[in-house]
Amino acid sequence: MSVTMRRQAADTVCDLFSHDDRIAVVLSEISVEYFAPAFAHDPGRIVNVGIMEATMVGVAAGFAMEGFHPVAHTIAPFLAERALEQVKLDLGNQELGATLIGTGGSFDYGVEGTTHHAPGDVQAMLTIPGMRVLVPGHPAEVDTLLRATVGDGVLTYMRLQAVHNPEPAPAGPAQVRSLRAGGETAVLAIGPMLGRVLEATADLDVRVLYTATAAPIDRRALREVAAGVTRLITVEPFHEGTLAPQVVPALADRPARFEFIGVPRRLVREYGSPQEHDRALGLDAAGLRARIAGVLA
Amino acid sequence: MDRQEIVRLAALATGDEKHEASSYSTLDVLAVLYGEVLRVDPARPDWPGRDRFILSKGHGPAAFYAVLCLRGFFPETWMPGFMTWGNPLGGHPDRTLVPGVEASTGSLGHGLALAVGTALALRAKGIVEPRVVVLTGDAELNEGSNWESILLAPQLGLDNLTLVVVDNHSSTLSLTSLDGKLGAFGWDARAISGRDHGALAGALARPPAGGPTAVVADIPDVPE
Repeated sequence: MSVTMRRQAADTVCDLFSHDDRIAVVLSEISVEYFAPAFAHDPGRIVNVGIMEATMVGVAAGFAMEGFHPVAHTIAPFLAERALEQVKLDLGNQELGATLIGTGGSFDYGVEGTTHHAPGDVQAMLTIPGMRVLVPGHPAEVDTLLRATVGDGVLTYMRLQAVHNPEPAPAGPAQVRSLRAGGETAVLAIGPMLGRVLEATADLDVRVLYTATAAPIDRRALREVAAGVTRLITVEPFHEGTLAPQVVPALADRPARFEFIGVPRRLVREYGSPQEHDRALGLDAAGLRARIAGVLA
Repeated sequence: MDRQEIVRLAALATGDEKHEASSYSTLDVLAVLYGEVLRVDPARPDWPGRDRFILSKGHGPAAFYAVLCLRGFFPETWMPGFMTWGNPLGGHPDRTLVPGVEASTGSLGHGLALAVGTALALRAKGIVEPRVVVLTGDAELNEGSNWESILLAPQLGLDNLTLVVVDNHSSTLSLTSLDGKLGAFGWDARAISGRDHGALAGALARPPAGGPTAVVADIPDVPE
């Protein structure tokens, strides 16, 4: 078993931090132990502000105002929802670059109940103009994406989940790749949904496309890999249809039908593991197969 | 700075919603800061050695704009266009539009965290001379986010950070003894008259090392 995506994110940030004095790290009590190498390397550029998510983002913006590229990290709902106004005003409206890493997307903390659920984090972040959202599906993709983006001045949200795919896939920022040839129906898997999509469609005549970016997607690349496609099914680890504003305009001039599979937009009160939530919501391989087969029928 | 000149320039800003009480409550503090305390260079708004000032309560910025204008950050011709289409001087200051504005503010409760981050960043860069001054209103301190930073800054030992609370008694909730509250959180805090330029200059002078300072500038009077 490889490391978690969360641990990989910390390891990669620590490595980048040790080689680039422009990088600052602001934490809010989460994953602090993973960042021990950075604290040891230069305690002036990394700070744990305690349980203060709004202040974490504001402090990160202060670093950015002084020319640093800050990385801020905590649990997804408290970063993307509680601190959304700070992300919007302190970073977005001030046109400042930063990397915000949220861990525990959707139902990673499913046993904790609704306060810790975060199926709407990406949708919330995408209300901010210019926000780039990365959704890696494997620790190796976390490493690739962070190395490609940290320090480039773009406001970025990286969304992590506990479950990841068995194997990494090509995952550059904005990239959309075709991983399996097929008929006129394409299934676009996002991040950690790829492994179960490949399993669910193993004997179905569909193309499998993959992206580790929720926004912005390279529309030209999507048009190329979706050439001849008449039906596009997205499989999203967050609220269903979050990707609609990305994929629909790319194929707007084609006679394409769309189906958006993801977390349904209803309150989920059940307590349970991420796997139990996926099964209950039809987001495990069996559930996805039934849904996709239904579209093909 | 010439107080009457600030008043004259601020009066040129005739937008629909000036937040006059808020604007004039800050006038003397801003006059002392930009006239006697802050090291800034209008010819080089991004000079790394400058002091940083953040108007956390971004509303009522007419006096702020007047002071920046008087220091030469932008021409007087901008002032009558306050809050009108195409003019950079909006109802809340925008750092991307106005030279000398360090932070875009307006939604209350944001400036203190920005100031803490800025102070940390200066320290991380090894720049010891510049200081960070952030101004909030008394009612702004109803916002809980301020108290996160008020708790945090002393524990980080940010002796390059100064908080000025302009207390024009606009808070519906009682905030009696603001300096006492700030002192309890670890700030070197004092309350003075917000109209007394000599007292303001003394209180806003470079503080001793060790931690952040706070000045509660009392404004008991009504708008001019």
